Amino acid sequence: MVSEELDIAKKNLPAEQGPVQYVNELTTLNLGPTHPATHGIFQNVLQMDGEKIVSGEQTIGYIHRAFEKIAERRPFYQITTLTDRMNYCSSPINNMGWHMTVEKLLGVEVPKRAQYIRVIMMELARLADHLICNGILGVDTGAFTGFLYIYQERENIYEIYEEVCGARLTTNMGRIGGMERDLSPTAIRKIKELIPRFRKVLTEFENLFNRNRIFMDRVVGVGGITAERALSYGFTGPNLRAAGVDYDVRVMNPYSSYQDFEFDIPVGQSGDTYDRFMVRNEEMWQSLRILEQAINNLPEGPHFADAPQYYLPPKQEVYKNMEALIYHFKIVMGEIDAPVGEVYHAVEGGNGELGFYLISDGGRAPYRLHFRRPCFIYYQAYPEMCKGLTLSDAIVIMSSMNVIAGELDA
Amino acid sequence: MLTNEEVAQTIINQFGEAVGEFDDPFDLLTFTASRDQIVPLVRFLNEHTTYQFSFLTDITAIHYPDSAGREFCVVYHLHSLTNNFRLRIKVYLAEDDIHIPTLTPLFASANWMERETFDLFGVIFDGHPDLRRILNMEEMDYHPMRKQYPLEDATREDKIDALFGR
Repeated sequence: MVSEELDIAKKNLPAEQGPVQYVNELTTLNLGPTHPATHGIFQNVLQMDGEKIVSGEQTIGYIHRAFEKIAERRPFYQITTLTDRMNYCSSPINNMGWHMTVEKLLGVEVPKRAQYIRVIMMELARLADHLICNGILGVDTGAFTGFLYIYQERENIYEIYEEVCGARLTTNMGRIGGMERDLSPTAIRKIKELIPRFRKVLTEFENLFNRNRIFMDRVVGVGGITAERALSYGFTGPNLRAAGVDYDVRVMNPYSSYQDFEFDIPVGQSGDTYDRFMVRNEEMWQSLRILEQAINNLPEGPHFADAPQYYLPPKQEVYKNMEALIYHFKIVMGEIDAPVGEVYHAVEGGNGELGFYLISDGGRAPYRLHFRRPCFIYYQAYPEMCKGLTLSDAIVIMSSMNVIAGELDA
Repeated sequence: MLTNEEVAQTIINQFGEAVGEFDDPFDLLTFTASRDQIVPLVRFLNEHTTYQFSFLTDITAIHYPDSAGREFCVVYHLHSLTNNFRLRIKVYLAEDDIHIPTLTPLFASANWMERETFDLFGVIFDGHPDLRRILNMEEMDYHPMRKQYPLEDATREDKIDALFGR
């Protein structure tokens, strides 16, 4: 370019304005309700200063289905299907928790074999629940491989559900007073085959993640919470244990023969995402231990309680036996005599203390039923946990807290 | 190991007339407290050196439309993790004065539990930092868990209560 042309070009430039001034303006970012990283329908309105999160506010209730209201018009056995749809990653735990609550109210003692079968199903559900949470955490940090490896095992667990109750996701498993049927030889074979195979896969999974530099950079020290804050926020389950509090309903208030089994409660220290991940991993190992003990020491005996007024008789009996027909009719129509009373029963769900507060006035449906949903209670800590961190950290924290929309909204 | 009698006696000694109706259905200590004393009571239990009720398990409400002057019952479940001891506190409220002090200064978890109770029952928690609906939409003008709102469409005549549950 000749110098004359350069001068002309310079003349056409606007006058110098000095460095550009940025106004310190916050950006509002809607994370959700249908964002692939939220794993469910709930919204976070984040105030962002550049990449940093200044504050956040959650909007929930997108899949509120008024289970507590519906439950006030349903016979006790029909409420099981509602509990399925709370934490749908571990439906059997919800089902069993509900059955145990009603059994407590009715004063029904469930035989040992049924209790052991319940433990087996609940631990399988816990495996599936933690598997999904940790697998998805991997996906959210950019590691798809681990998720694909372990998803086959989740499929195998669902096949066991299918063998036991006929359904896969919303299981409606068990009955008030026991299990609907005994474990079939196929189911026992599948469970026994699952345990060593699962150990192998879990080892592979841990090898992929536990000391993975990239993964650790993303999760160590991210979203930590102290034990005091966690308790104040009502954390339970793996999220509380990651903060260093060894509270586990299975140990503290044993139900369904959990006192018979030997297992440890893993605890973390800092309550950060890595600790949550590690606690869930270790819990899977402990669940496998419980499974092994339960399936190898499965007691002989009936799989349902001797309570004909509450437990459906076998269908063949209904056709032949007058008494069975009467009980069948009364139970199906919800005409069981429930005593007056109020019960609180808690089980260790996939995410923590899943409580059922049931008030019966002697009617065929509960007078009032309240679910203590662990997700609902601990999710309110989310803005505090991701304050000052980046958006990518917020995704990882949400994933590691295992917020399930069904349980959040009920 | 704490016993129900021991805890109940301590609470009676401290609060006297403000608490009453002690009961233990299914071994869970249950009693009623007056509205004015609920916050001091929970703070006392929380800060008690041996009891240490440091965990708020749940807050919910129950509607009894037929009991005049005690239409609403707010239920608190507290848990002492160190002693593995649970208790349940009930506070009865009248429908025309449905106010109760908030527990949010003591427990962060009370925030959403109280919002949920407000949303579903209309119980107003005085002093709550952000008492808005949580599960239902803002535009809703009633509190659906109250017993006067039927689950089924009220115009349907084929779905009578006698056939479907309650």
